[in-house]
This record gives sequence, structure tokens and C-alpha cells, in this order.
Amino acid sequence: MSAQKYSLSGRPRPTGSRVDLYVWRAVRITSIALFVLALAHFSITHFVYEVGDQSAEWVRQTRWNSIPLRVLDWGMLMAVLVHGFLGMRTVMQDYVPSRIRQASLIGLYAIALLLFVLGTQVIATLPMR
Amino acid sequence: MTQGSSPLASPQKLRNYPSYRGGEGMVAWAFHRISGIGVWAFIVLHVVDIWLIGVNPALYDQLGNIYSSAPGRVMETLLGAALFYHALNGMRIVVMDFWPALTIYHRGLWRAVWVTFFIFGLPGAYIILKPIWEMAA
Ligand code: HEM
Repeated sequence: MSAQKYSLSGRPRPTGSRVDLYVWRAVRITSIALFVLALAHFSITHFVYEVGDQSAEWVRQTRWNSIPLRVLDWGMLMAVLVHGFLGMRTVMQDYVPSRIRQASLIGLYAIALLLFVLGTQVIATLPMR
Repeated sequence: MTQGSSPLASPQKLRNYPSYRGGEGMVAWAFHRISGIGVWAFIVLHVVDIWLIGVNPALYDQLGNIYSSAPGRVMETLLGAALFYHALNGMRIVVMDFWPALTIYHRGLWRAVWVTFFIFGLPGAYIILKPIWEMAA
């Protein structure tokens, strides 16, 4: 039961479920952060620096030799996990047959949790020098 | 909950919407979805590869060599294009969702997405791809 059948932008604002409405909002709010963070990140890693120069040692000594930069990258990680995985939730709800939908969504959230742990671990524990 | 999430309530059953005549909104939506899934897939790989910096830096550097190879650069260009389109069209979505009055300009916004995409995207692609022919020379 959707009040609005047709939208010229994206997914119409959900009107039925409260959870869907929060998801709809979270995807849009994180997208504003990502517009700045993800595009700046891609530009820095491809246009400011050369891809081939960014070794593990370089990341340790230069890119992540600063706590504020690590915090910022962690914030980008959080935004992209919320945005990307809630986005994929919508995609899977559209295409995954209902028989296996619940299990697939649990798998999706498990991957999100794994990336949260791996990403947080490396940002928090990589030695500074 | 059989209702889909596309701009049309049910993308799977287009023929159920006799009034639907396609147009920019649907193309924008399809590209947005495809690019979103593509970038998502890369992010899954990317968080794992960054994690390697901590646990196996040598393997990370090897991966870096693949990223900076010629095929790697072509893939990065495609990734950048997907991300850039998704970001620009995403802002178009957000603008119209939060300020519905601007929806009357949806066609102009859609054109602005593509103009911006090419103005910044073409020089960007050139910078990423340039080392391929410089290496060859
Ligand atoms: C760079 C800035 C970005 C902006 C402005 C942006 C914007 C948006 C918006 C507004 C939506 C909602 C579309 C709708 O509900 O119809 C969306 C969906 C989505 N986004 Fe992004 N996004 C960005 C980055 C990313 C990134 C980095 C990823 C990858 C992890 C991603 C993956 C997705 C996915 C998978 C969807 C769901 C697509 C669908 O439902 O058709 N986005 N994005």
C-alpha cells in the first residue's frame, strides 16, 4: 500500500513500514556525507597521488600517520557500510525470492559486520611508525 | 510486501503500468542501481585489501601492483565512472526528495548530471589511464 506510485527521483519515500522509512532516510543522509568523503577519497588516491606509489609502508608512514585522518577514514567506513548495505538490502528485497530472502539478508548483514570488524581493526591497530 | 522499490512501484511488472512510457527517470534509476551494486562489490574487496596492510603488507603490495597494471587501471576508470555517476545522480535524488518543488527541474538536473560527469570524468580518466601508454613508450 504505497501512497505514491511514481517518483522522478529514486525510491519513493516509504509510507508503510517504520523501518523502511528509517532506511530510506539513512541512505539519503549518509549519501550527503559520502558525496564529499568518497569523491575526495577517490580523487586523492587517483589524482593527487599515483596508485602505484601507495604501498603498505606509504599508508603507514604518510596517509595514516595522523589520528584525525584515521578518524575521518573510519567515519567514511561507517557511512559507506550503512549506505552500501542498506542500499543492497533494498536491492535484495526486490530480487531475492521470498523463500530465501530472510537468510540472504542475514548473510548480507554478516558481511557488513565482518567488514566493520576488519576495517576498524586495521585503522585502530596499525602502528604509526 | 510484494511492492518493489523502484521509482515505479513494481519494476518487475512494467506492462502492468499502461501509462508508463519510460524516459529519463527510469534510465537514471537503472544506472543508479547498477552502479551502486558495482561500487558495493568493490567496497567489500577494498575493506579486505586495506585490512591486509595490517596482517600481510607484502600481499597488499602485490595487490597494489595489480591495481596499477594496465587492466587494473581500466577497471579503476570504470569504478570511478560508476562512483561518479552514482554520486551525482544520488545528489539529484536527494535534492528532489528533500525539496520536492525542484522536481519540475528533473530533466535539467539529469542533464546537469551528465555534463558534470563528462567535464570532470574525461580528464580524470585520462590521468588514471595515462601511465598505460607511458609504460609502453
Ligand atoms: C558518493 C556518494 C554517494 C551518493 C550521493 C549516493 C546516493 C545514493 C542514493 C540517494 C541512493 C538511494 C536511491 C533510491 O533509494 O532510489 C543510493 C542507493 C544506493 N547506493 Fe549510493 N550513494 C553514494 C555512494 C555509494 C557508495 C560508495 C556505494 C557502495 C557501497 C553505494 C551503494 C548504493 C547502493 C547499493 C544503493 C541501492 C541502489 C538501489 O536501491 O537501486 N552508494 N545511493
